[in-house]
Amino acid sequence: MDPLFNLLAWGPGGWGDELAAGAGITIALALATLPFGVALGLLVALAKRSPHRIVRAFGTVYTTVFRGLPELLTLYLVYFGLSIGLQTGLKALGFSGRMEMPAFVAGMIALGLVLGAFSSEVWVGALNGIDKGQREGAAALGLRKGQIFRLVIMPQLLRLALPGLGNNWMVLLKETSLISVIALPDLMFWTGRATVVTKEPFLFFGLACLIYLFFSMVSAAGIAALERRVGRGYVRSPEAGR
Amino acid sequence: MKRITSAVLALATVFGLGGAATAQQKDWKTVRIGTEGAYPPFNNLNAKGELDGFEIDYANALCDKMQIKCTWVAQDWDGIIPALLAGKYDIIVAGMNATDERKKRVDFTAVYTRTPISFIAAKNAGTDISPAALKGKSVGTQGSTIHANYLEKYYKDSSIKLYPSQEEANLDMANGRLDYVIADKLALEDFIAGKGKDCCKFIADIKRDPAIHGPGVGMAVRKDDTALRDMFSKAIEDSIKDGTHKKVADKWFKISILD
Amino acid sequence: MIWCELPGHWLGNAALTSYGCRMISGLGITLQLVAISVSLGLVFGVLLAFARLSPIRPLAVAANGYMTFFRGTPILCQLFLVYYGAGQFRPFLDSVGLWGLFREAYFCAAFTFTLNTAAYQAEIFRGAIASVPRGQIEAGRSLGLHPPAIFLRIVLPQAAMIALRPLGNEVVIMVKSSAVASLVTLYDLMGTTRLAFARSFDLSVYLFAAALYLMIVETIRRVWDVVERRLTRHLQT
Repeated sequence: MDPLFNLLAWGPGGWGDELAAGAGITIALALATLPFGVALGLLVALAKRSPHRIVRAFGTVYTTVFRGLPELLTLYLVYFGLSIGLQTGLKALGFSGRMEMPAFVAGMIALGLVLGAFSSEVWVGALNGIDKGQREGAAALGLRKGQIFRLVIMPQLLRLALPGLGNNWMVLLKETSLISVIALPDLMFWTGRATVVTKEPFLFFGLACLIYLFFSMVSAAGIAALERRVGRGYVRSPEAGR
Repeated sequence: MKRITSAVLALATVFGLGGAATAQQKDWKTVRIGTEGAYPPFNNLNAKGELDGFEIDYANALCDKMQIKCTWVAQDWDGIIPALLAGKYDIIVAGMNATDERKKRVDFTAVYTRTPISFIAAKNAGTDISPAALKGKSVGTQGSTIHANYLEKYYKDSSIKLYPSQEEANLDMANGRLDYVIADKLALEDFIAGKGKDCCKFIADIKRDPAIHGPGVGMAVRKDDTALRDMFSKAIEDSIKDGTHKKVADKWFKISILD
Repeated sequence: MIWCELPGHWLGNAALTSYGCRMISGLGITLQLVAISVSLGLVFGVLLAFARLSPIRPLAVAANGYMTFFRGTPILCQLFLVYYGAGQFRPFLDSVGLWGLFREAYFCAAFTFTLNTAAYQAEIFRGAIASVPRGQIEAGRSLGLHPPAIFLRIVLPQAAMIALRPLGNEVVIMVKSSAVASLVTLYDLMGTTRLAFARSFDLSVYLFAAALYLMIVETIRRVWDVVERRLTRHLQT
């Protein structure tokens, strides 16, 4: 067994720099997916509350599908299916161009679609948690529809959705590890490479798990701080808290 | 299938996503090469984060000769043909045997390696590799390969374990989870000489089955890229004639890789 | 023609016809893995929740650490750690007679999934027990009940009701997460689908697998809804 120091060294002989770069990609992918997935989730939530039956049905089907499929499967379908579909489609439309979908974008779309489904549930819960009187009161003050949503509903919505969205983020962070199977060089990918080359699986997978754990714990602390900040207008007495 | 494709396309249009389309390069001044990066010493992603191996050196030599610019993309083995079809790169150089099964989907260039295929096993194993001798034993190899197909055809009574990459199968061989591993002899040689030297040894080479193994390893392109295929076929044939192939091969292997 | 070849036959899809039976048997493996890990995880999860809420500090801290680790890391990483890591400790596992188990990918997957779901289930139980109003316990005490009786007869039934819905979600999540078993040589539904795709390059096998997964998940959801409605019928108006 090579000394630990050499295996994890920075530079050409060791895996330290590769693992760090991989961890960077993991975080980048999660951060890039978050706004896309959360926004998609809000749209789906609004669709599920739409007065139109077809729009509502779309929201329900969307959630059922992307909550029910294994993330690994969604990933394969997006990575290969979307690319091949685009290719075929472009050809059918008369383009002879080539189409690329980088693994990063494929991962972002696949994880974003899943996050959209899960976060839509959170948004629906939050939307239901806002009293109808709020909307009526704002309307009585003469606010326009857009203003009501932006100034009255949204701030309350964020506070109500935050714990759920925080949960979604933690799940997302862990799901990014699946991207390694389509050869995006994330933390899990480089860990796998280091493992087969050095034949030290326990060391490297153990380390990778600890890095993910570190990210999770930092996130948990961050979310808690954010919740305190957003909820600072709502400090309740201990009794009322129950 | 057509309806499925159009549904997928509709989905793509809805989300309006996808990479930039680049103009078709009829003259192929730049070529993107896909490889696995987990099959040393043919192609291997090392601790420097770089690709190395015979196929990397060889294809780069061909590109230099043809005066074209080549870039490399690493792709996991299971997805290597789908990703070619999806346009993520233009040609596969990854120790891929030109089998009839694959020819239904992709075209192959001229053959540039043809190497023996061997079984390895624990130090104390016997030399009999008949299906009867391996009955009930666990035999590992990489999934979606000629070796996997060979096992499925002849070793139905063994417990066949398929791994995403050959190196994971080797790792499990070293761990003692597998009784036998089958793969290209030269790919196994690295393992037997290195991390596997305490556990394992070569047992025997197999007899090739043309229906499964094909004529040897070629580079794979999309079926409509015939110009690219012919270009690389010619470059391969030239390199074999002018000694470039041998020069690069000698750097990596002690024996001939084109028997 | 065997029944499991029929879907492919009806759809006129060659890949599905030749691999339909293997995919269905893969579905069986998926269901087995989920059933084993969820039920063993339930037992272990309840014990963990008790440990987590226990007044014995080291016990509570240990349980908390366990839950934090398994809930804070990807199941893929845990599976690889167990599967490939076990190989590295073969001499030790051999000496305690456990290598025979850890040699099998099936055992490693079931073991990892059990440890993983136990952590999530423990958190569900902890939350459910904590959410039973304090007044209920105080009322029990004022009736002169012993603490064990209060727990068994007042807290537990109410906590179980609260835990029911998140538990259903956890079963669904396990069905989906179990797909990573295919990465350690197991022929579960995902594994057989990957195999079928590798041979046929026909993406529609993935769509068929998707349909099967959705079917299981929806069935579980529906059955769970019925069970939940029956168990909570005294609370319905």
